[in-house]
Amino acid sequence: MRQELNLRGNHALLARANPLSKFAAVLLITAVLALSIDWVSASVALVFEILLFPLAGLTLTQLWQRGWPLILAAAVGGWSTSILAPDSGRILLDVGIWTMSEGSLQLGIGFMLRGFAIALPAVLLMSCTDPTDLADALAQKARLPHRFVLGTLAAMRLVGLMAEEWQTIGMARRARGVGSRGSLGQRIKATLGQSFGLLVQAIRRASRLAVTMEARGFGGGQRTWARESTFSLLDLWVVSGGVLVAGLSLFAAVTAGTWNMVWLGS
Amino acid sequence: MVSSQDAGAVRPAAVTARGWGWRHAGRAKPAVRALDLDIRPGERVLLLGPSGAGKSTLLHALAGVLGDVNDDGGEAGDADESGSLLVDGAVPRAQRGRAGLMQQDPETQVVLSRVGDDVAFGAENLAVPRDAIWARVHEALADVGLSHLPLDHPTSALSGGQKQRLALAGILAMRPGLILLDEPTANLDPDGVLEVRDAVARCLDKTGATLVVVEHRVSVWKDLVDRIVVLQPGSASDPAVLLDGPPDRVLTEARTMLAAAGVWVPGYVPATRSRAAVPAPGTGNLLLAAEELAVSRERPRRKGFRKIPAVPVQEGLASQVRAGQALAITGPNGAGKSTFALTLAGLLEPVSGKVSATLDLSRGAGIDPYRWKAEQLISRVGTVFQEPEHQFVTGKVLDELLFGPRHLGHGEERVEELLERLRLTQLVDANPYTLSGGEKRRLSVATVLAASPQVLVLDEPTFGQDANTWAELASFLSELLDAGTAVVSVTHDAEFTEALGGVQLRMAAAEAVAR
Repeated sequence: MRQELNLRGNHALLARANPLSKFAAVLLITAVLALSIDWVSASVALVFEILLFPLAGLTLTQLWQRGWPLILAAAVGGWSTSILAPDSGRILLDVGIWTMSEGSLQLGIGFMLRGFAIALPAVLLMSCTDPTDLADALAQKARLPHRFVLGTLAAMRLVGLMAEEWQTIGMARRARGVGSRGSLGQRIKATLGQSFGLLVQAIRRASRLAVTMEARGFGGGQRTWARESTFSLLDLWVVSGGVLVAGLSLFAAVTAGTWNMVWLGS
Repeated sequence: MVSSQDAGAVRPAAVTARGWGWRHAGRAKPAVRALDLDIRPGERVLLLGPSGAGKSTLLHALAGVLGDVNDDGGEAGDADESGSLLVDGAVPRAQRGRAGLMQQDPETQVVLSRVGDDVAFGAENLAVPRDAIWARVHEALADVGLSHLPLDHPTSALSGGQKQRLALAGILAMRPGLILLDEPTANLDPDGVLEVRDAVARCLDKTGATLVVVEHRVSVWKDLVDRIVVLQPGSASDPAVLLDGPPDRVLTEARTMLAAAGVWVPGYVPATRSRAAVPAPGTGNLLLAAEELAVSRERPRRKGFRKIPAVPVQEGLASQVRAGQALAITGPNGAGKSTFALTLAGLLEPVSGKVSATLDLSRGAGIDPYRWKAEQLISRVGTVFQEPEHQFVTGKVLDELLFGPRHLGHGEERVEELLERLRLTQLVDANPYTLSGGEKRRLSVATVLAASPQVLVLDEPTFGQDANTWAELASFLSELLDAGTAVVSVTHDAEFTEALGGVQLRMAAAEAVAR
């Protein structure tokens, strides 16, 4: 996980844009897609996203490696919607309690495409945005309190350490006779104990890190920024891209008559 | 902030303590009592004393970070300060950046994930202008010998010694007049210790800053400091400073006293029990054997639908563990010594090859230690981890010791003897987490031995330990060896290996480890 958060060597176009503009673009697209369950707006957005993702320095394989849990979730969501949603139109499949009709299939496909189209920009954003740069942008451009932003950033670095610590504590406890194998009850008990051990270590680490940060003068009022978070022409393009993709999806769906606001019911 | 500060050199700081005392929130006794101490600008002081003398408390106070927890809630206002402790005539808390502090655990000395950003962090907090910050970053990295690293090098890829040097660079970039080091090398291997010591020496020669360092291993710092101050746990009648003077004088006058207090005075190797007879290599009942073993801490990973086996850190390892024999696993950092030992101990699954237990050890539990149930494992192979806290599973020392025997349903009678032998009798009701470093180490060894394993595996058992704990541990292990236990230790400590005798397995640096 620590490697995946590291962007060294990613010099793609989108990696150079300001994290805030990327965030805004993703937010726009996601907002439009969250409004309607229809397959037109989702497929239009998806087509653009697939065309654009090489700009984030990703290959299809990497995309799958990083995003497969989301992609699978979207597919499963689509499948279950198509068999569970109220039936309308011709029945296509009937296996006991599972039935799939034209209407429910359409809804399911819309659901799945929408899942893909929402998941993909998030994966893109994460793959081409360094957490440190995001923190810089949030503190300097979005004017969030720097104590909060930098504190969170430092804590995130500890999360990677905690993953290693979890493994070590698991082994250390097995060496004391606490089994992490066995019946379900035993396993739950072992996991709870291990979590407590991890919590203790996390608190210790965090308080030591807090001392380190304070000893480096953190927490004062005035502070300068070694890395200036800037907007460039590229950011204008990124935000316009977001507006364009969101707008075209909306336009296509409304034109095709499939626009279907979620809260109005289907 | 004015840029003239950058042009100017570092202004060394002076320290004055007058009857200074500090009691931590929630503690009955003060950590420091009635301290009188003067440190002139540019002086280099080594602070010694037994644990509980308040050395770390003093450093934290000088760094202006003491009592911070109280400000954020919790037991606010419960801590007590008396007398005065001043840096350049002012309270340390009011002078951010005047002092820089380095602590023991390298992982928590790094704040950000890229080398350049981490060094810049302190200077940013002091509101140094941007251009000046990067000039300082480059200079500081060069001073600590890390200028070969690109600024976006990930900090997670650094070794322990490199992390501590990076922390030093972060401190230097603040241009502090007072550098405070709290056991900066206790968690490092011998190469790392020298790396950090030399970097500190270079920076002090260049900046002339005042230094206060706390460290058990006197020989490392002796030639670098020009004064040694020995603290003692304060009482109403005794002063807090026991001895104060030039290193040679203090070490001659107080050699015996310091050694008795567990300080590693130069040239002193504590006496340990020698083994009755060191058996010839290859003798003693074979208990565990490793063949063609490839080891890694990583589990096989999943990438999409594919399963990718872990990349071994070492391959082709072979070794034998025999009753009554000591096996020392040595080698440079990152060679995979601990990984090998943990695989041998049935805690990690081999990437390839095998670890097999003989019938003398397995006693019906099967040939592969990794497949044993936890209860089967602890009565056969006991493992003591480097960090004792990782192995604490209860809230009381006595419960901690009884934990293994209770699970096994036998062996409770051994606990009394272990308590006695490892001087834990007084502490039976204490919470394991509140013990001192030496006590934690003794407890973690005792808890594992309470299950009476035939093989004992120890990961860096002597790291950061004072001379007394060291000697006790070595003597105790030699008794165990004479009684027929096999002892496997991962260690950088040549004296320790010597004291136990036996076979050494030296592992070469792993090629897979990127540097």
